[in-house]
Amino acid sequence: MRGKDFSVEQAAGTLESLYEKYRGEKGAVIPLLQDVQEEFGYLPEEAVNWIADRLEVPRSFFFGVATFYAQFHLAPRGKNIITACSGTACHVKGSERIINFIKRDLGLTDKQETTEDMGFTLEKVNCVGVCSISPVVIINKKVHGKAAPAKILKEIKLLKKKK
Amino acid sequence: MAKETSIRVCMGPGGIASGGEEVLRAFGRELKKSNVKAALKKGCSMHHVGCMGLCARDVLVEVVLNGKTYTYQYVTPDMVSTIVSKHVVGGKPIKEWLVDDSYVNFIKKQTKVVLSDCGRINPESLDAYIAVGGYEATRSVLKSKTPEDTIEIIKESGLRGRGGAGFPTGRKWEFCRAVESDRKYIICNADEGDPGAFMDRALLEGNPHAVLEGMIIGAYAIGADSGYVYIRAEYPLAVERLRLALKHAKKKKLLGRNILGSGFNFDIKIKLGAGAFVCGESTALMYSIEGKRGMPRITPPRSTEAGLWGKPTVLNNVETLANIPYIIRNGANWFASFGKGKSKGTKVFALTGKIKNSGLIEVPMGISLRKIVYDIGGGIEEDKKLKAVQTGGPSGGCIPASMIDINVDYESLAKVGSIVGSGGMIVLDEDDCMVNVAKYFLQFTQSESCGKCVPCRVGTKRLLEIMERITSGRGKTSDLALLEKLGNDVKSASLCGLGQAAPNPILSTIKYFREEYEVHIAGRCPSKVCKELLTYSIIEELCKGCCACLRACSSGAITGEKKKPHRIDQSLCVKCGACFEVCKFKSVDRE
Ligand SMILES: Cc1cc2nc3c(=O)[nH]c(=O)nc-3n(C[C@H](O)[C@H](O)[C@H](O)COP(=O)(O)O)c2cc1C
Repeated sequence: MRGKDFSVEQAAGTLESLYEKYRGEKGAVIPLLQDVQEEFGYLPEEAVNWIADRLEVPRSFFFGVATFYAQFHLAPRGKNIITACSGTACHVKGSERIINFIKRDLGLTDKQETTEDMGFTLEKVNCVGVCSISPVVIINKKVHGKAAPAKILKEIKLLKKKK
Repeated sequence: MAKETSIRVCMGPGGIASGGEEVLRAFGRELKKSNVKAALKKGCSMHHVGCMGLCARDVLVEVVLNGKTYTYQYVTPDMVSTIVSKHVVGGKPIKEWLVDDSYVNFIKKQTKVVLSDCGRINPESLDAYIAVGGYEATRSVLKSKTPEDTIEIIKESGLRGRGGAGFPTGRKWEFCRAVESDRKYIICNADEGDPGAFMDRALLEGNPHAVLEGMIIGAYAIGADSGYVYIRAEYPLAVERLRLALKHAKKKKLLGRNILGSGFNFDIKIKLGAGAFVCGESTALMYSIEGKRGMPRITPPRSTEAGLWGKPTVLNNVETLANIPYIIRNGANWFASFGKGKSKGTKVFALTGKIKNSGLIEVPMGISLRKIVYDIGGGIEEDKKLKAVQTGGPSGGCIPASMIDINVDYESLAKVGSIVGSGGMIVLDEDDCMVNVAKYFLQFTQSESCGKCVPCRVGTKRLLEIMERITSGRGKTSDLALLEKLGNDVKSASLCGLGQAAPNPILSTIKYFREEYEVHIAGRCPSKVCKELLTYSIIEELCKGCCACLRACSSGAITGEKKKPHRIDQSLCVKCGACFEVCKFKSVDRE
């Protein structure tokens, strides 16, 4: 169950089992949220509320954690995830240029991460640690090193055709 | 006895990205076909070859035949059948595919301690680690050394923290040992947040057991019974290999209750980070493990007195810990024989940017920067001019080309306004804009500031605004003095290391590249990097009227008819540079 149509009634079973998995474990908030996100592709507000209530912890505590860490997404994400590395090595090798090309291709505005049709999400990350083959773009978990705009746009084109 | 033939395929992050798995599978197939008893090892050759494998030359494959090692570069699956039939079976290496001299230099000029087994052994096999002396140090410590003896050895070795601050490891352990408590923890900092650094990633992926062994010995020394590895989620392969290593170590009773029959109990858990740079800071990291927002607190009390869940805790970096077994095995004096002055041993650097041999290198502390860049690194890409070397990431500074003979150690780098840091080393050439690089780092620290203390939260924001002003043509002459004043204020007033170091990239570039800032304030970016200071125009004499730029322009700024020179309307141009990229006739001018 991914994307926009999250329903807490339908998800209750899953949430209950995740709650059980971490019950009694010290400091389990982050792994628990990581699991919820893994399950639904993002952190639906109602899911976080459900868990906070179940644990009898203020909801604000959970949202405090969720908004602190870059890994957590509070809005649904696209079907395809494009991760552009903007580490230092990638930066000096032109990652910004590639990001601009991708944005233009997908029609994303500066503040927008996900396309209107939920097809693609473009995210920037600080460094993925393969600096020697920079610039690096990861498309649906596959690493593309020495990424040239043309090569990446071709990959995106293939994905667009797939849907 | 006939010598064994073995083949090592680089399966590090670079190797995998370049198709290492396909190459490995191709070897499997071909060897089966030709019935050769070659041991297929997943040894991460990239480390053995100094990570050159990660860059231009992956996939790297080593063939060890009759005791001699041959290294192939740029291997693709379709080359494999030839390598197997001609070389592995036929005994004749294929010369054109082997690595060249610059590669040989790259390997020869390094000194490998922590990386010595990386890239040679299969990181997914405990037996492979044991076969090269792994866990001997654990055995000897548990059997015949007191915790105090162990701490003494580490102190004598002169090992200092490799995570950035360079605090003497033995002393940190001693502090923690001295504190009375029912519970103590040891944590491995594998957050590796500095952009442009991948030393810890490579170590965890290439030799995870060495890190675990360092933790076991550390735990014994301070009296901890549980440990954590706090690792960034962006490193899935490292997490996977670490999990596997933990499983194997537990099975062999190297972890758990009564380790190796010594009565010592110790276990390790993995905690995945969730993407916050500040969580590399020790107090923030511990809050994060506790499941809270990772916001640093004021010290003292130090973590060694009151750390995770209020208990005495030692936090050490991955590379620091990976050094431990080698020091115990070979002795403190052996380790101290590498390095210079107060900087002992070796250091791993991630050498990247505009350098020919980009990769992971290990060198004795105190080596000259020139040797790193020119002997090991092979010089600047496309033989361009070196401009500066950035060390220490967002907390560090730039060393200008004129200081290339500086010794790379904690004290020497600090003297010129940079730091050794965790080991990122980014080489910049004549095309790089120093103002842009400084702005880049500030954007990073500003967005990663946790917001707890005002000097960092507001100070980095204001600094960034000034930098944005300068790089967009709105700079003022007074901005430089303002940057320096504000930068020093943020440094002295911030709560944790993030804010205390955030202004460093700006301050060091102002110090060494002041005129570049001044040219920007005057409205020009000499390296043509700062977008807003550029103007695009079409050189009419060269324009063939092919319409490529017109099609590429997303803002409708280009007009013109087919086969006639085009024009760019400056009021509509957003300076994206698309026209410049697509023009095949070099008729778009960028100034
Ligand atoms: C903002 C900030 C980020 C840090 N990030 C890391 C990191 O990613 N990895 C690391 O080992 N140390 C990092 N450190 C340093 C740690 O706080 C700590 O000094 C280190 O892990 C101690 O281990 P060591 O003595 O073995 O170096 C960071 C410090 C600060 C202030």
